[in-house]
Amino acid sequence: MAAELHVELVAADRSVWSGEATLVIARTTSGDIGVMPGHQPLLGVLESGPVTIRTSEGATVVAAVHGGFISFADDKLSLLAEIAELADEIDAQRAERALERAKSDSDAAAERRAEVRLRAVAAR
Amino acid sequence: MGAQLRVYKRRIKSVTATKKITKAMEMIAASRVVKAQRKVQASTPYATELTRAVTAVATGANDKHPLTTEAENPTRAAVLLLTSDRGLAGAFNSNAIKAAEQLIRKLEGEGKGVDIYVVGRRGVAHFNFRERKLADSWTGFTDEPTYADAKKIGEPLIEAIEKDTAEGGVDELHIVYTEFVSMMTQTAVEARLLPLSLDEVAKEAGQQDTLRPLYDFEPSAEDVLDALLPRYVESRIYNALLQSSASKHAATRRAMKSATDNAGELITNLTRLANAARQADITQEISEIVGGTAALADATAGSDK
Repeated sequence: MAAELHVELVAADRSVWSGEATLVIARTTSGDIGVMPGHQPLLGVLESGPVTIRTSEGATVVAAVHGGFISFADDKLSLLAEIAELADEIDAQRAERALERAKSDSDAAAERRAEVRLRAVAAR
Repeated sequence: MGAQLRVYKRRIKSVTATKKITKAMEMIAASRVVKAQRKVQASTPYATELTRAVTAVATGANDKHPLTTEAENPTRAAVLLLTSDRGLAGAFNSNAIKAAEQLIRKLEGEGKGVDIYVVGRRGVAHFNFRERKLADSWTGFTDEPTYADAKKIGEPLIEAIEKDTAEGGVDELHIVYTEFVSMMTQTAVEARLLPLSLDEVAKEAGQQDTLRPLYDFEPSAEDVLDALLPRYVESRIYNALLQSSASKHAATRRAMKSATDNAGELITNLTRLANAARQADITQEISEIVGGTAALADATAGSDK
């Protein structure tokens, strides 16, 4: 059996996803980072962006994460975000509408949020 | 019907109506406590993970961060008091306010200027009535606080702590809220959020182990801490808001339960009095009739002669 790491993806008001995984890819402020079991302890600041989790069953979980942190130690990885959504939960059409609205209102924060959601859906 | 009896009947009716209302409020509060408790639990994973991360960085980083080191000579402190928007919760608000007043007196005794931040209409009303200046206040969401509310509150507080004291900033940040211990017990507690005392944070995280992993920081320890601490403060405020709202609902439930019980007792007593009054009325009527017939009988007996 390949080595596994335990992943906890938590938002401010709920636990979004938890389980075993073989690889986690997230975007930190200094670039994309891939974490596999046995990685050295790590604590980083996340950018808004999609997070990809390859579960030990071989499935892929994609989540849109808006800011937050990644911390990894002893094969336990936690992803903390104020807002985090699984790609399956995201309504692509709604996100697209939100993107258009944000563009017309020139609301940069909302535009970025909608873009991250759409990217997560696209990566699904 | 006797006048006395009518008065009793009217009071019974009004107390019964009141009892129905308090009973309904009790039930609403009971269901809200459960909901609020669930929210507290849902927010716990985030808070524990965040606390663990803060401990890891703060102990792992060698350089001192302004938010983790105590000012040598603290001159200003901010106090954040959490109350509720609505009353009818027994001593809930007055206990929290009392605890805050005590803390403010203590801080002022230590020679620190105190900026007061208040959440909830009750607390705001308390300070407005005494014409004391509030640095800032928020109302309207204490029944069901969201993370966005906590963010809104945290923003000016973090700004104040990052500013120099000379420019109106503060050295310390305290929070006073009501801790939800159980359905029956809620206690007003005060805690110092910033500067962080690492021992307490570590105790909270429940990890006394001396050997912590050597973290690799991305991009750098300082940047991580810069990003972490505001989130930590927000999450602590969020947790306090949720606890405070759960406590408020529990206090309301208890207050409404005793109000319902008292109304029931009042109804029993009034019913007894009303019965006695009715009996007295009947007795009087009978004796009037008996007296009347006797007088009538006497009169006819007299005229027969």
